[in-house]
Amino acid sequence: MRFAVIQFGGSNCDRDAYYVLSEICGVDTDLLWYKEGLQRPYDAVIIPGGFSYGDYLRAGAIAARTPVMKDIITHVSEGRLVLGICNGAQILAESGLIPGVFTINAYPKFICRDVHLRVDQPVTPFTSLYRKNEVIRIPIAHKEGRYVASEPVIKDLENSGRIAFRFCSPDGTLTSESNPNGSLNHITGVLNKTGNVLAMMPHPERASEEILGSDDGKKVFLSMITHIEYTERASVQ
Amino acid sequence: MMYLVKITIGLKEGMLDPEAMAISHALRNLGFATDDLKTKRLYIIRFDAANAPEAEEKARAMCERLLANPVIHHYEIEVHR
Repeated sequence: MRFAVIQFGGSNCDRDAYYVLSEICGVDTDLLWYKEGLQRPYDAVIIPGGFSYGDYLRAGAIAARTPVMKDIITHVSEGRLVLGICNGAQILAESGLIPGVFTINAYPKFICRDVHLRVDQPVTPFTSLYRKNEVIRIPIAHKEGRYVASEPVIKDLENSGRIAFRFCSPDGTLTSESNPNGSLNHITGVLNKTGNVLAMMPHPERASEEILGSDDGKKVFLSMITHIEYTERASVQ
Repeated sequence: MMYLVKITIGLKEGMLDPEAMAISHALRNLGFATDDLKTKRLYIIRFDAANAPEAEEKARAMCERLLANPVIHHYEIEVHR
C-alpha cells in the first residue's frame, strides 16, 4: 500500500499529511512535487492544504489546470482514492472532480479554529470508521471555504448521500451559528459520483494526535487504509 | 491581426458578494451611502486572431476554461482592434 502527497508551490500542509500517514498511521507515503506527476500507481493521493499559486485568480484554480491533474483524473477513473483537504478541496472543485465551488466566506475573513462536524455519510472509503451522525472536532483554516453549488447539484448530492461532513453544533444540530463560513446546507465534505474522491475544507491531519487537542480526524486516514486493505484482500481472493 | 480584448468577470445575479458588502460598509463609514455595490474583475488581453469573431471565440474559451467559474460567475467580452 502506498500513498502520495502532492506538493504544489504554496502547499503548506503537505508535511503534516505526510507525517500523519507515515509516522502515525504507518503507511508508505511519497511526497511528490507536482511536476513529477504520478510515476507509479498509488492506492491513494492526498492533495494537501495551503495556498497553491498564492490563491491567484481563485483558490485552487491554477493548480487545477496543471498536468499532474490529468494523472490524478486517470487515477480516479481506475477507482483509486483521492482526498483533497482545504486548498486540496478547492483544487478538486476547480478541476471538476467534485461539483460546486468553495468560495469566499460569507463573512470575508480568514477563520482558523476548531469546529464541529457531523458525519452524514459513514458508508464511504473515507468515513467508514465513524458512526452515522457522529460529531467530531477538527480545525478549519480558510478564507475561501463556503460551499456553493446550483440547486439541482445540491439536491443530487443530498439524494445520493454524497455529503460526507456538515458543520454542526457540539450536539450535532445544524444551527446558523455552527456554520462558520455560510456553506449551503452546512456542507463541508463532498464526494464524487463514484465515491472515491472526497473534498473537505476541515483539516483531519491537524487533528490526528490527542496531544494536539483532538485525534478525531485520524479516522479519515484509517478509513482509507482499511478500505485499501479490504480491496487488496478482495482482489487476491 | 492583433486584438485588444477586455473580459469582465462578475458574480451571477443572486450570488453572495461578501467583499462588496465589506467595501460598501467601509464606504458608509466614510459617509458614502451606497444603494448597491458590485465587485468585478477586468482582464485586458492582447492576442492575435484572424478576425473579430475568432478573437471573441478565443476569449470565450479562456473564460470557460480558466478565467471564470461557471458555478458562480458570468462574463462579458469586448473586442477592440
